Amino acid sequence: MKPLLLAEYTATSCIGRGVAPTLAALVERRSGLRRCEFETVNIDTHIGEVAGVDAQRLPKALQIFDCRNNRLAELAVQQDGFFDAVQAAAARWGRRRVGVFIGTSTAGIMQTELAYRARDAASGALPPSFVYGTTHNSFSVADYLRQRCGLEGPAVAVSAACASSAKVFGSARRMIEAGLIDAALVGGTDSLCLTTLYGFHSLQLTSATPCRPFDSARDGISIGEAAAFALLERVPETLDGNSVLLYGVGESSDAYHMSAPHPEGLGAKRAMQAALDAASMQPGDIDYINLHGTATPSNDRSESQAVTSIFGPTTPCSSTKGATGHTLGAAGALEAVISALAIQNRLMPGGVHTTRVDPTLTAHYIRENRRASVNRVLSNSFGFGGTNCSLIFGRAG
Amino acid sequence: MRLSAYIGGIGVLGPGLNNWPQTAAVLSGRQPYLTTPTALPTPAMLPPAERRRTGRVVKLALAVALEAIASAAADPAEMPCVFSSSGGDGHICHEICQALALSTREVSPTRFSNSVHNVAAGYWSIATGSMAASNVLCAFDASFVAGLLEALTQVTVDRESVLLVAYDTEYPPPLHAKRPLPDALGVAMVLTPERISGSMANIELTLTDEPYDKMADLELETLRGAIPAARSLPLLRLLAMGAPGRAILDYLDISRAAVQIEPCA
Repeated sequence: MKPLLLAEYTATSCIGRGVAPTLAALVERRSGLRRCEFETVNIDTHIGEVAGVDAQRLPKALQIFDCRNNRLAELAVQQDGFFDAVQAAAARWGRRRVGVFIGTSTAGIMQTELAYRARDAASGALPPSFVYGTTHNSFSVADYLRQRCGLEGPAVAVSAACASSAKVFGSARRMIEAGLIDAALVGGTDSLCLTTLYGFHSLQLTSATPCRPFDSARDGISIGEAAAFALLERVPETLDGNSVLLYGVGESSDAYHMSAPHPEGLGAKRAMQAALDAASMQPGDIDYINLHGTATPSNDRSESQAVTSIFGPTTPCSSTKGATGHTLGAAGALEAVISALAIQNRLMPGGVHTTRVDPTLTAHYIRENRRASVNRVLSNSFGFGGTNCSLIFGRAG
Repeated sequence: MRLSAYIGGIGVLGPGLNNWPQTAAVLSGRQPYLTTPTALPTPAMLPPAERRRTGRVVKLALAVALEAIASAAADPAEMPCVFSSSGGDGHICHEICQALALSTREVSPTRFSNSVHNVAAGYWSIATGSMAASNVLCAFDASFVAGLLEALTQVTVDRESVLLVAYDTEYPPPLHAKRPLPDALGVAMVLTPERISGSMANIELTLTDEPYDKMADLELETLRGAIPAARSLPLLRLLAMGAPGRAILDYLDISRAAVQIEPCA
């Protein structure tokens, strides 16, 4: 594929609003996971909650979009001058020439959860104030950002569980290459809700402690929330050597099970190989792998096998979910931003909360930060339904 | 770059529309349109354990995908897919939200796994053994053209055949009052970069500001306006007529998609 430029990027998660606090948390090995006290949830688990989402307001004209998910998107898009950069891109390329591609798994489903608690006692009807299309529906966050930023190009939500906001890079890449658009607002937004907290709990996939990816004692995920965005453009003729490019996108399916990964990681392996092929790179070209690394026993085992089968046992890799939690449909975009930060700041972030790496996992998991040249990063995102996506980012120079 | 492809097989299932040959007879005026509730078949292609767990979304999507693949005589095992739907499984969503409104909050793990928007893509991959990429989209009422755009860019840019599956199912009460889809309707198409034996027509898409086409038949026009995947009807009508032509499909509030159809002689 033709590489694309990450012209701008931003991320907001429980470790910080915007890239500077996010980078500082990674450098200081700070986790944002706390004991769950979210809403009325009564589950013994830790979560990665973004502070101040409830207090965030949407512009008056877009009140119909009001819900936790769109508040988080609004909060995040205002960090790092990202909103202004999108406005500038729209002015430069034309509103019709900028597309919107946003990953989410549950969007504003919490509005529906709350509405079901407020049903009319006699008729069972949901409250009149509840609006489905601009809150609960998966498209609502893409539609919100499209209208908020005044963009008029093609717009879509990708909702493929926890691979959603990695796959948006693939869709945007094809549409730019087809010449339909000149720039793309890509990213992901997923917010805490009862469906995912109680749902993952019902599958016995949530941990009571902060999650410990690749640890011998790992016993499940910590759910987090995040919004992360990037502005993708064609690579210009002159470029700052420290710019970050998207070099490869690889996608695959497991053809195995709805909620369990392929035991040997065959789907994951195929996605990573496809990303290398798209980037015309060899495994040895990758300096660091940002793992999906959810800290479930099965994901980490399967992913470790897949990584080792391609990269062998020496390529440094880690999961940043011990810091951010598993931000589900936003994880791909959040970890894309972390990959870009790793490249621009020569940082391989060691996985936090992991005290003893599972000796049966052969991938080279790092627990301590490494300050070294990081020119190429591969980032993995896998989801329910056996859907996989790997992205390769790298320094332009 | 022109966004074009060859259409090599179609699947349709909806109210009064039982498969592509019968739908083509209705849309070309050879048969009257008679509304009957959509009858969804049990997906025999899935292993029994999985078959028992499938809801209406999976049954609908797999039925139309299978018809398109069979009529194109294509091998699904290595074909990337684009699934596009205006919403998830409304019945599962209702059951989960109902459970969460109770103090016990007992969510069924199977229902939760099947609540993901990509549930149909997951079961399709399991049923066909396909490890090829799938993308799963939602653009609310604009979901059909969003899926068609994604599929056509894959065909055009990556020069590979793609299975497009667009499908919507109804929500039960009380959600139905907030999202009043009347029934289930799905449309699937095999799109190939080159003309192959069995290619029906060439399709080329451009975005436009022109007003979208409506169906002459009042009941079909009601259907077109009521279910997002039925926004494909003006395109399906052209294909049913077997003549060259152009149709404008409703897309986002600010744009429409013009499709130019050239039948393969």
